[in-house]
Amino acid sequence: MAYLDLQNIGKVYPTKQGDFEVLRNVDLLIDRGEFVSLIGHSGCGKSTVLNIVSGLEKATTGKVFLDGKRITGPGPERGVVFQNYSLLPWLTVWGNVYEVVDAVFPKRTKAEKDEIVEHFLTVVGLWKHRHKRPDEISGGMKQRAAIARAFAVKPQVLLLDEPFGALDALTRSTLQDELVNLMKSTGTTDEREFEHIGTDTVIMVTHDIDEAIFLSDRIVVMTNGPSATIDTIIKVPVKRPRDRRELINQPVYNELKQELLEYLHGAPAAH
Amino acid sequence: MSKQLEHNVKASSVSTGKGFALPPYVKDALRKLGYLVGSVAILVLLWELASRFSAQSLPSPISTFGVLWSILSDPFYNYGPNDKGIALQFAASLQRVFTGFILGALVAIPLGILMGVTPFFKQIFEPIVEVLRPVSPLAWFPIGLAVFQSVGPATIFIIFITSLWPTVVNTAFGVSSIPKDHRNVAAVFRFSKWKYLTKILLPYTLPHILTGLRLSMGVAWLVIVAAEMLSGGVGIGFFVWDSWNALSLERVIAAIILIGLVGLVLDRGFHYIQKRFTYGG
Repeated sequence: MAYLDLQNIGKVYPTKQGDFEVLRNVDLLIDRGEFVSLIGHSGCGKSTVLNIVSGLEKATTGKVFLDGKRITGPGPERGVVFQNYSLLPWLTVWGNVYEVVDAVFPKRTKAEKDEIVEHFLTVVGLWKHRHKRPDEISGGMKQRAAIARAFAVKPQVLLLDEPFGALDALTRSTLQDELVNLMKSTGTTDEREFEHIGTDTVIMVTHDIDEAIFLSDRIVVMTNGPSATIDTIIKVPVKRPRDRRELINQPVYNELKQELLEYLHGAPAAH
Repeated sequence: MSKQLEHNVKASSVSTGKGFALPPYVKDALRKLGYLVGSVAILVLLWELASRFSAQSLPSPISTFGVLWSILSDPFYNYGPNDKGIALQFAASLQRVFTGFILGALVAIPLGILMGVTPFFKQIFEPIVEVLRPVSPLAWFPIGLAVFQSVGPATIFIIFITSLWPTVVNTAFGVSSIPKDHRNVAAVFRFSKWKYLTKILLPYTLPHILTGLRLSMGVAWLVIVAAEMLSGGVGIGFFVWDSWNALSLERVIAAIILIGLVGLVLDRGFHYIQKRFTYGG
């Protein structure tokens, strides 16, 4: 049985002009430890899929199961990194992570919670900046804080909604590397501290082909909306974690890129 | 001190042509001071003209400032219940305003939050608020008198009623406009009700609440003068009425100036607190 199981997901929004179908028949099985990207043109409903898995939106049809349990609403076992960071502007970087840790682990001692916050802020390189408020730090730092916040509650699945979309190319690749590191560090080295093994299953919505290839085991290509569904699923046959420069020099990288471009923009001949 | 400032104004206006550089914040302050002096000068000039055209039935600025000075020179005298210094009059009014205002805030903020959070309470209370809000607070005076059988509490009651509406409306609006992003964070990380209240709802709504309080305070300060004219006793409103009965328009105008200045200070104070609690994204 798959770890995360999306069964026949459909989403219809009622509008004044009648029903508007965003998604239809989305079936997806994701194994434990997999990194899956959803890619597609804007408006194809890929964020809607993510919101249904997070429980923030309800599917009109179909069901989602995580580890055999049906998902009915939002919960911390599915950590979300929102597109626009969604940090609370009146809290410091530290406070943003701490309040979430405190909400999810109310029974832990203050010292334990402090330790968790320190650990994750250190991993994303924000410990120095922990006293700053979100409006005092850059976009990249805000996204680091949001990622630290999501990891700090040790979700079973991490949901990333175009996490690096608003960042410049350089910051984006740095943050992608940090994400890889975070998954390593929570996955293995800290089992002592985190009895529930760290977060290693990820769904990421993106429109960046390079990002999808670099990070994913599988890339789910969506058809154009409305009534979007899964067009195809492309496997990235390179072992993770990957080295960016090594990956780019492999022939498979360009082949995948070509394939994805064809799915997203049509065959080059039709150009 | 003020002479020195005037000197600076002259110096800067003369020297700007020669490129004598003042720090920008000093220039800014001097410019603002210049506008203030100009605005006061225009007001005094119009007032003087009006006074002359009315054949002194409107007192002239000079005689009024004389009276203002004499009022201010002995602000704390106390010759019995109906004859007190201006500071004591203001103290009495401010005490009533703050008592009514604080009681009003204690009711208005929770009520506004309730209305903002729960559509049921919004539907229930909104018609009541909408009907009572436009009513002049003075209309409540007889009811206050009937209930409390005494002028003092009745005056505070008026201020209480006055302070309710802007705070209720702004608090409810603030709560209902909490962005979905913040609510999503609370949902995903399963914030308890208490954590949602203290870490999201109140911090987000605080600037709105403060706007409501600031408006409430403004109206309360408007209303207290009228209320005290009705209630008598001690207070700046009664002082105005008493001065009129004593046929001293100088004292009335002097009181108006002081009421305006105190109101300005109250408003600036709230404005400062408001700015202090507004956060960027």
